[in-house]
Amino acid sequence: MLKIKDLSVEIEGNKILKGLNLEMNKGEVHAIMGPNGAGKSTLSAVIAGREEYEVTGGTIEFEEKDIMDMAPEERAHLGIFLSFQYPVEIPGVSVTNFIKTAINESRKATDLDPMPAKDLLKKMRDKQELLEMDKTFMSRSINEGFSGGEKKRNEIFQMAMLDPKLAILDETDSGLDIDALRIVANGVNKLKNDNNAVMIITHYQRLLDHIVPDFVHVLFDGKIVKTGDKNLALRLEDQGYDWIKQEQKV
Amino acid sequence: MNLQEKLSQSFKDLGSRLNGSESKSLRELRSRSFDYFKGQGFPTNQDEEWKYTSLNKIVKRDFDFSSQVSSEILAEDIEPFLCEGLDSYKLIFINGVFNKSLSILGSNEKFFVGSLKQGMKEMPDIINTHYGKLADTKQSLVALNTAMANEGAFVYVNKGVKLDKLVQILFVNTNHEESRMMQTRNLFVLEDFAEVQIFERHQALNQGHVFSNSVTESSVGNQAHFKHFKLQNDFDSSSMVDSTFVKQGANSSALVDTFAFSGELVRNNLHFEFTGMHAEAHMDAITLLKGKSLVDHHTFVDHAVPHCQSNQLYKGVYDEKSKGVFNGKVMVRKDAQKTNAFQQNNNLLLSDFSSIDTKPQLEIFADDVACSHGCTIGQLDEEALFYMQTRGIPLKEAKAFLMFAFAGDTLKNITIPELKTQLINLVARELKVDLELNEV
Ligand SMILES: Nc1ncnc2c1ncn2[C@@H]1O[C@H](COP(=O)(O)OP(=O)(O)OP(=O)(O)O)[C@@H](O)[C@H]1O
Ligand SMILES: [Mg+2]
Repeated sequence: MLKIKDLSVEIEGNKILKGLNLEMNKGEVHAIMGPNGAGKSTLSAVIAGREEYEVTGGTIEFEEKDIMDMAPEERAHLGIFLSFQYPVEIPGVSVTNFIKTAINESRKATDLDPMPAKDLLKKMRDKQELLEMDKTFMSRSINEGFSGGEKKRNEIFQMAMLDPKLAILDETDSGLDIDALRIVANGVNKLKNDNNAVMIITHYQRLLDHIVPDFVHVLFDGKIVKTGDKNLALRLEDQGYDWIKQEQKV
Repeated sequence: MNLQEKLSQSFKDLGSRLNGSESKSLRELRSRSFDYFKGQGFPTNQDEEWKYTSLNKIVKRDFDFSSQVSSEILAEDIEPFLCEGLDSYKLIFINGVFNKSLSILGSNEKFFVGSLKQGMKEMPDIINTHYGKLADTKQSLVALNTAMANEGAFVYVNKGVKLDKLVQILFVNTNHEESRMMQTRNLFVLEDFAEVQIFERHQALNQGHVFSNSVTESSVGNQAHFKHFKLQNDFDSSSMVDSTFVKQGANSSALVDTFAFSGELVRNNLHFEFTGMHAEAHMDAITLLKGKSLVDHHTFVDHAVPHCQSNQLYKGVYDEKSKGVFNGKVMVRKDAQKTNAFQQNNNLLLSDFSSIDTKPQLEIFADDVACSHGCTIGQLDEEALFYMQTRGIPLKEAKAFLMFAFAGDTLKNITIPELKTQLINLVARELKVDLELNEV
């Protein structure tokens, strides 16, 4: 589904990703871990199409298509979704309006008529329930004045509404309390199936207790330096990154 | 002949046409005002209040003062510019001339909706009491208008009467060959406990150089409620100076909501004053410009009595080479304790060549007051645009969405659904937002 080869990325002359390789197939859950500043959010933003980052080498293919020259919205229409580490506040745009526009723009891109209002409302109600969200959120401006945890839950709500093929969750767990973490993880698990894939960027094991990864990757100094199964995450939780750094020096 | 000389000639012509038919006091007011204008001339950049906005190019034009050829305008020609789908009064002016057959008038002992000339005939006492009482004839353009204006809208609402229909006032201009100067004059009088809402629109039908010098006086009685929506949606070849004076009695509320979408030069002078306590004034405006348009909002709120409130919310989106000016002056005099005065001016600059000059001026002489002002100038938030794109919203739509959201809260005081729809549609059209997708 996703094939990243030799990806190198710079911002303002700083090399951030330095020849990164990663492959994901449908039905899989991949966790990406790594110290602060390693380039995890950069990777997620580049996959989603952020232009500020300069791609100096390598390729990204999604479902056999080169997506490098596509605008972020085109990638979204293909089914790529990014849950932001820091969701953006948009004053004056209600959650309902926003999600409605997002869904219908995606449908338009694939030559579908807008979703009938009734179906849309029902879907919204279902997903709200799934994520145990308060109804009043729907009429509030996107993320404006939302607490950290509310913002993250709203991200997953949007993911649930948009049904992406590839969901990239950038530190969705940070800011969530214990109950919210369980609810959000449960939501993601419900959405998970054999035809989609999830990339979880996280620092902690606790989310991976709920959403069990098939692969765990360590991103360090702009590259994936280690790949293992769920036990790798447990070892990192236990020992930190020092041993990885040691290995790299050798 | 230069414009000044032409105006002198035109003033003489007006005098002989009127041939003493007006009241003595009005005749005197006219000649006093004209003398004042002659002494002052048009404002120049030397004038502090006109520092950023120059009339130079406009007053040098070769204006035609010959009498207007009446033009055949049908109801369907003006229909697009009116708010449809609701029962309303309509006052239609074509090239400054009142068109009775296209208008829908109303009058009885409770109210009067008609032209100023009709009002002078039918309600001379009311006109005498209110006409020329608020307009500041020490401003040369107001003086010029006071001297020359001969037509406009007159709305009178008697004590305790709530006018249930919207009053729509449409000034249409059809000139395209010659440059024309218009002096329109409105008078709105609300007695105590009265209520009315007015929608005033200036619309050119083609690309002629029209220069409208418009003056409006609104007298809002005690506990009366007044809303005035102004739409300046002309071609970018027409210019306008609008001077509006509002006086409010105790416990009254008044709103002036300005929509400026185009114009070679538009200058709005808005003046509010209070004569009784607990009055509430609202000034909202949304300015959406492109091309080389210039819109200059000058507001002046004079708090001279205690316990009054004023709220100003001015928002602007400037693209291409357009230019905005906001100059908001709030005066809180010594006795005006417990005044609440708020002012907000937020701007988006969409191009490197657009600009905004914003200048809040608070002069506070009372000590127990709450006053604030804020001003922002920014671009569209790149993070927010990317965020929307990752959700599948194309960049162009995302931009329009953000601008629409930015402009949105200037629409909150519109309570008539049909009018709200009309104005939202116009804003959306200016911003190229697809309302099918982004229903508000
Ligand atoms: N817009 C930018 N301008 C300059 N430097 C940037 C920019 N964005 C990211 N960087 C730098 O790139 C590096 C990688 O940042 P990134 O956000 O990808 O790290 P991360 O792995 O997600 O870290 P964290 O775990 O703290 O979220 C950091 O050193 C960061 O300072
Ligand atoms: Mg990060």
